[in-house]
Amino acid sequence: MNIHEYQGKQILREFGVKVPNGYVAYTVDEAVEAAKKLGSSVTVVKAQIHAGGRGKAGGVKVAKNLDEVRTYADEILGKTLVTHQTGPEGKEVKRLLIEEGCDIQKEYYIGVVLDRATSRVVMMASEEGGTEIEEVAAKTPEKIFKEVIDPVIGLSPYQARRLAFNINIPNELVGKAVSFMMGLYQAFVEKDCSIAEINPLVTTGDGEVLALDAKLNFDDNALYRHPDIVELRDLDEEDEKEIEASKYDLSYIALDGNIGCMVNGAGLAMATMDIIKYYGGEPANFLDVGGGATAEKVTEAFKIILSDPNVKGIFVNIFGGIMKCDVIAEGVVEATKQVGLEIPLVVRLEGTNVELGKKILQDSGLNITAADSMADGAQKIVSLVSK
Amino acid sequence: MGIYLNKDTKVIVQGITGGTARFHTKQMLEYGTKIVGGVTPKKGGTEVEGVPVFNTLQEAVDETGATVSVIYVPAPFAADAIIEAVDAELDLVICITEHIPVLDMVKVKRYMEGKKTRLIGPNCPGVITADECKVGIMPGYIHKKGHIGVVSRSGTLTYEAVHQLTQRGYGQSTAVGIGGDPVNGTNFIDVLKEFNEDPETEAVIMIGEIGGTAEEEAALWIKENMKKPVVGFIGGATAPPGKRMGHAGAIISGGKGTAEEKIRVMKECGIAVAETPAVIGETMIKVLKEKGLDEKCRTHA
Repeated sequence: MNIHEYQGKQILREFGVKVPNGYVAYTVDEAVEAAKKLGSSVTVVKAQIHAGGRGKAGGVKVAKNLDEVRTYADEILGKTLVTHQTGPEGKEVKRLLIEEGCDIQKEYYIGVVLDRATSRVVMMASEEGGTEIEEVAAKTPEKIFKEVIDPVIGLSPYQARRLAFNINIPNELVGKAVSFMMGLYQAFVEKDCSIAEINPLVTTGDGEVLALDAKLNFDDNALYRHPDIVELRDLDEEDEKEIEASKYDLSYIALDGNIGCMVNGAGLAMATMDIIKYYGGEPANFLDVGGGATAEKVTEAFKIILSDPNVKGIFVNIFGGIMKCDVIAEGVVEATKQVGLEIPLVVRLEGTNVELGKKILQDSGLNITAADSMADGAQKIVSLVSK
Repeated sequence: MGIYLNKDTKVIVQGITGGTARFHTKQMLEYGTKIVGGVTPKKGGTEVEGVPVFNTLQEAVDETGATVSVIYVPAPFAADAIIEAVDAELDLVICITEHIPVLDMVKVKRYMEGKKTRLIGPNCPGVITADECKVGIMPGYIHKKGHIGVVSRSGTLTYEAVHQLTQRGYGQSTAVGIGGDPVNGTNFIDVLKEFNEDPETEAVIMIGEIGGTAEEEAALWIKENMKKPVVGFIGGATAPPGKRMGHAGAIISGGKGTAEEKIRVMKECGIAVAETPAVIGETMIKVLKEKGLDEKCRTHA
């Protein structure tokens, strides 16, 4: 799950990580009010959307007085920002962060991520702050330093010091940088983050070490133990169909094509997209109904697929293991009863309770094209949709 | 024969009184797996499908002499169940449970260092040695005894590959699902090592997906060490970057973990990569014919 920068900074504050003072604003008046409260000589007006690259897209402005705050807030609120992370359709700005400006001496990068190769959490740091870390990694990998963290001990102060020295934090600020990193790691583990990225981390003229930006993502699997984080979810930032799917624990991702897919298992769901494309079709979605799906969930999944106006046909590809074919069949029949079905439906069933599943579909009297295999099904749906 | 499991393996089901566990306990028993006990706290003394239930895993192990357990415990309690299996000094624990918080798994992996227990999973379909022992959730009927080993990050794609082989008359030694999570107990190389030494296994299918670099590492290992032919497939060639495709581990991030890159490295390392998921079986058969292993690997009825 993603959250906004201002929310991430609030969490960091709780862990003693220094961030500039600031307030969230939903309206121009609130923005001006926030700037008054801050009373700083320079105020930064920052668009809050769940995507990076806001600065380049005109979503971050520095205001020298309250009039400028008003002008910039008015300009950015309601604007659709297109960045390299939003996709071509962009994202509308509905919230602003009004923050005090600071006297930046130098920008750095600090990130905390899970390293799959070592199965450990790793803290990364670089002197090349402010730019995309992927770019630094590609061009000058020697400028990225890493510390692998033992989950029992946590980040050791010496590791944080080593990172600080490696990225050339001035000696007199190393102590502050170390407590910054310790707090950041603490926030990462206590809130079950999947990514905690500070880009840039800055040193300031008045001798502070501050997080100028904060990107915190959370492990969806751990949200059950963080109701405070769940509260921060901003539904405006998510696809409507994906929100609907998440209510039923369905793993759904909207895509651009016209063939709706319902599959069990993430691997098979991806492979189903691949094979549709191989035969010249375009998948409209990724949808894994999961292992523990009930007929009700399958019904909802089917409705979500049908709610996409681009969908011109549906391919159900099920290889039952933990998922039983009869449950899928019941769900499909129920969904079509509820919402009707006017587009081609190709169903391929195999695995646990397959005979029972096939019988339910046959007895339903629905206009279903049966497929013998995944390739057969993909070819059939592609040809039915292109008619 | 085959790897990890055989007809004599004694298995305990952790979380046996849950709905999914009950269903699959029955299926495993019907397949012939020696399920000798189950564990659910406070349900000790009862029975599921004629299998005695114990309060603790240690008690179950002491009473039955089991060496393997399978976990169907809900995600919030699954890490604890794995640690309980490690402390009971089982040889193998297979964790079916999905949605375990990844930082729980980071701690579990750390705890398992230097311990004898091997973990397979989590978020996996389990392990099956065809016609001998099925531990997990895979449909048993699609498997047939033979000489092809299968290792995969995806459950349902494993079924797909196995089914294609069986339909064409090629049986399997053992099929291992290592799971779709970013932190898991057993990786491709661990399983490939076992297949390399297993006299029953003549060739191996390795099924990967986008995210991480486990397939690339395995490919390099295969190039250096594998004595048997390997056929591969990578799911997710058409997945958009930055989106988590169901499995927590299946995400292309920072330009890394793409199917294209994995397939390139695999081919460079001498692995025959199936072009679509529908021709994994065909690709294997072609390789077997080239290597003169076809006759040996056909299942003799």
